[in-house]
Amino acid sequence: MMIGNKKLTQSIFFWLFRIMSTVVVLVLLTILYFVFSRGISTISWDFLTKAPEDGMVKGGIFPAIIGTLYLIGGSLLFAFPIGVFSAIYMHEYIKKGKIKSFLQLMTNNLAGVPSIVFGLFGMALFVNKLKFGDSIIAGSLTLGLLVLPVIIRTTEEALKAVDDNYRMASYAMGASKLYTIKKIILPIALPDIITGLILSIGRVSGETAPILFTVAAYFLPKLPHSIYDQVMALPYHLYVLATSGTNIEEARPVAFGTALVLVMIVLVTNLIANGVRAYYHSKYKK
Amino acid sequence: MVKKVLNFLQVGVLATSSYVTSIVVLLIIIFLFNEGAGVFTKSLLEEGFVIAVNKSNKLNAISPKDIKNIFDQKITNWKQIGGDDNAITLFSIDELPNFYTEEEIGSDFEYMDTCINNYIANHPNVLAYFPERNVAKNFQGKMIKVGTLGVFEFVKGKEWLPTARPVAQLGILPLLLGTLMVSLGAILLALPFGLVTAIYMAEIAHPVARKVLRPIIELLAGIPSVVYGFFGLIIVVPIVQKVFSLDVGETALAGSIVLAIMALPTIISIAEDAIRNVPNNMREASLALGATQWQTIRSVVIPYSKSGIMTGAILGIGRAIGETMAVLMVTGNASNMPTTFLQPVRTIPATIAAELGETANGGLHYSALFALGCILFLATMALNLYVQLALKKRNR
Repeated sequence: MMIGNKKLTQSIFFWLFRIMSTVVVLVLLTILYFVFSRGISTISWDFLTKAPEDGMVKGGIFPAIIGTLYLIGGSLLFAFPIGVFSAIYMHEYIKKGKIKSFLQLMTNNLAGVPSIVFGLFGMALFVNKLKFGDSIIAGSLTLGLLVLPVIIRTTEEALKAVDDNYRMASYAMGASKLYTIKKIILPIALPDIITGLILSIGRVSGETAPILFTVAAYFLPKLPHSIYDQVMALPYHLYVLATSGTNIEEARPVAFGTALVLVMIVLVTNLIANGVRAYYHSKYKK
Repeated sequence: MVKKVLNFLQVGVLATSSYVTSIVVLLIIIFLFNEGAGVFTKSLLEEGFVIAVNKSNKLNAISPKDIKNIFDQKITNWKQIGGDDNAITLFSIDELPNFYTEEEIGSDFEYMDTCINNYIANHPNVLAYFPERNVAKNFQGKMIKVGTLGVFEFVKGKEWLPTARPVAQLGILPLLLGTLMVSLGAILLALPFGLVTAIYMAEIAHPVARKVLRPIIELLAGIPSVVYGFFGLIIVVPIVQKVFSLDVGETALAGSIVLAIMALPTIISIAEDAIRNVPNNMREASLALGATQWQTIRSVVIPYSKSGIMTGAILGIGRAIGETMAVLMVTGNASNMPTTFLQPVRTIPATIAAELGETANGGLHYSALFALGCILFLATMALNLYVQLALKKRNR
């Protein structure tokens, strides 16, 4: 009787878990289905390569794609070297202690700052104080600060994964610390560092709040000429189309297409990152 | 020698880089609080306007709240705010033609300043509200100091009308409540489903199912919040509207649902990691004692991974409080005091995102939004620090 009870409780709970998990997975899949099924009919070569027309209800999203590419490039150009250097110093140079835990604490704190606060900060510092105005450089720096902790964290994980024996062997040969890092540790950790870089592309491309007041333009048919120009960007474009366009209902197809492009960027960067990781890990195991 | 210098420089670059995050956190604090503090020092009066009374009036300063009440006709006698027992005569520049002819004012309004001056001089009980540029050179009235916003009024004020005239109303209570409602609602929805899914994936599901689900959940964690907001706007908002037969579907509930869906991937992956960190021999020991798999999950696995699960939950709350775009798109953004989940609300991040674009740089409204940013920053920072301290304790 006892055993029967135990088994019964177990199967009741397992079924409950199964049902709830299925609900969760279905809801999550619905979102992907929603974006793909409604967006796919909008996507065409013209959509990707033409400027918006007719009050943004027709035409393409080319300026927004270009703007987002500029922002990805600009922010990573700034955040990637600093992030990697920072992780190298924190992991390879500082011994465990107060300074190290302070630096890690601050990095984690920065990671927890809400994206709208980055927007406020970017506006106060880059746009107003440094007088960059609404510009690619202001937006890129703001986004760069936002992904900096992400890059530091992934690089640290990558460095942690490097077997200590490599370090010891290199030192035993008389190599200096810097030489060991450059010639031994970084090459081994590189695939994982690159994975982190690729994943942060997905993050940068989708952030809206930080660019609202630092770079994003409502409508700009022209492409930017310098880093002090404003640009359109995909996530802001989607927000505008969905909420404040002149003709919201007619703009729906373009909005769905834009949403699909955004999701595709995340999907593709995820796939590439996983691919890089899997490829190098299988290579090292051999 | 050259090599040594180069070496030193390179290490110097590395060291400097590692301090960037700390410096940025510091700069964020400095800039946010510097701009935000302005909300308590700047005049609440509409910029470029003054309030003046007759010279015989013994009051020198009136609090912003009293001024609002005077203009709302809730205060009609000077006695109520410490003056003499006389009815207040309100005067604003739009009423000038009621008292003076066109000739007196002048065809190009060139005598307007004099008229205002005369009116104030001739009416002992006047309270005049007019542009600063119309103050006459030999002004015979008395300027009234309008007090600044108190911290207490800021936090407990029930009205958020930053562009109200003549004095701005900057009470953040409705925004605070809106933020708390939306994010707590989201966590209450997301936690049970997220934890159950995490347990299911880690303990019950077939390994193949896990291998398929994990990348999907990782992908969904990376999808931009505007896309979730768009989904919410098209799917969730109409459903909420229909189910509860509301006039508008953009409600706190819609915000909570969208935020919950957004938080699910994060909660699931953190909780699943925590559960998978439970050593296998704990499970095996429990099973060997005759416990069923469910009993093992309930009394061994969950208690063991509790702190990890808590971490996930708290980080989820932090995310929810700070989330901007998705909430902005589905909650309707009405800044009145929220009473139920079925009415439009406005959260702090959404307020900043919606209003910052229309503010004058350095003005009162601008400062008020930065002050909101400070509150947001402090709240998320506190949660963050708590999580990190808890993690440290556990790792010891």
